[in-house]
Amino acid sequence: MPDSDKTFNKEGLKNVLFVAISVCLVCSIVVSTAAVMLKPQQRANQEYDQKQNILRAAGMLPEGSNVDAEGHTVDELFSEFEVRAVDLKTGEFTDAVNPDSYDPIAAAKDPAMSTDLTQQQDIATIGRREDISEVYIRRNEQGAIDKVVLPVRGYGLWGTLFGYLALEGDLRTVAGLGFYQQKETPGLGGEVDNPMWKAQWPGVSIYDESGDPAVELVKSRSPKDSPAAKYEVDALSGATLTTKGVENLVRFWTGELGFGPFLKNLQGQSTA
Amino acid sequence: MSTPKEVLLDPIFNNNPIALQVLGICSALAVTVNMSTTLVMCAAVIFVTTMSNVAVSLVRNRVPSSIRIIVQMTIIASLVIVVDQFLQAYAYEISKSLSVFVGLIITNCIVMGRAEAFAMQNGPVMSALDGFGNALGYSVILVGVALIREPLGSGTLLGFEILPRVADGGWYHTNGLMLLAPSAFFIIGLFIWAIRAWKPEQVEASEYEIAPNLQYKEAM
Repeated sequence: MPDSDKTFNKEGLKNVLFVAISVCLVCSIVVSTAAVMLKPQQRANQEYDQKQNILRAAGMLPEGSNVDAEGHTVDELFSEFEVRAVDLKTGEFTDAVNPDSYDPIAAAKDPAMSTDLTQQQDIATIGRREDISEVYIRRNEQGAIDKVVLPVRGYGLWGTLFGYLALEGDLRTVAGLGFYQQKETPGLGGEVDNPMWKAQWPGVSIYDESGDPAVELVKSRSPKDSPAAKYEVDALSGATLTTKGVENLVRFWTGELGFGPFLKNLQGQSTA
Repeated sequence: MSTPKEVLLDPIFNNNPIALQVLGICSALAVTVNMSTTLVMCAAVIFVTTMSNVAVSLVRNRVPSSIRIIVQMTIIASLVIVVDQFLQAYAYEISKSLSVFVGLIITNCIVMGRAEAFAMQNGPVMSALDGFGNALGYSVILVGVALIREPLGSGTLLGFEILPRVADGGWYHTNGLMLLAPSAFFIIGLFIWAIRAWKPEQVEASEYEIAPNLQYKEAM
């Protein structure tokens, strides 16, 4: 026992090193054990959360609840969706990755799995775009497409907004837009999470007559019966850059470099 | 030497870490908007303070005074990370709304203060009682603040409706101030006033006396 040893010096260098190393060792074992043991449960929570976000964007799950109006649980509702990987270059479905374990946002950081965007292309300021992304498709009993949910992201004022854009079966009408992670100013840009603002999105058309992305966030809306009205959503008061960011990210992900080619392909298939 | 009962119960009203020592205010402002996050935060602080006091007390005879603060810090930080991991695994929604504040228990002055002021000098059992008591004193104030903030701010308590809100067809106009952090300052201030009115010995002697204004002639 060093404590009973007369030569033991508590303040000595030896003891300082001994205490420092053993405290670090014990603490790191405790922390890593907890982290490793709880990882599966945490991952399950994150997946459940992601499912909820997708269902909320599609308008199938009310805010602040985890069952829909008929009492279906998140897992039941989500099982109606088919998860597919999509090659964004060709716009075709791909089996190159397993959609259940694939993470498009991680892929966007890997030069081998993503494409660098030029400044002109990169209106949503995402830097690199993954080559393969995921879509969530819900079909009705006849097998026709009922809803398509696309993961979208783009830079606002303080950071990247991550969310889901849900489209109706016609693939040009918005069914809902929701962000699950954003760092915008609370009360101004942070109002992207306001249910009243989000309620304007369903019914908005994303493409104009020539098939280009046309969504616009405006200060004053055109008269209801004018042709421009169906592309318009209210801007967020006092949040010019967040507003611009949301407009750009919706246009980017529905455009040529985003899911544009995929949506055209899918449209061709469903009408054929 | 104080008795175990004193060590455990004194921090609740006689020597409350928030009301008398005015420590740990930051998280008291941040997490008291609703009761469920408050309760989870209190449980986390009780666990961390008790365990860190025990752990620090166990190693107190070995730890050189030159590195004692960083040793305490390491122990506290590890415990907080473990708590955070548990919350992410078993209370995901609440851990999302507590976000950084669980991590910030590391910097909560009460935890570190008890480790340094009590656990470094006392045995593990007394240290456990001291940690538990102080965290309980912290929790009493937090629960009290949440008990006022949640009903007045959102008309609910633990998510159940207490005051029917105008927005839901009731009569209660919610008080927006209660949703903001400054309201906790006012409430804690009122608590301190109430406790000191009840126990006047807690009133601190003034550090200086304000001199009366000088008459014009004296100033010359």
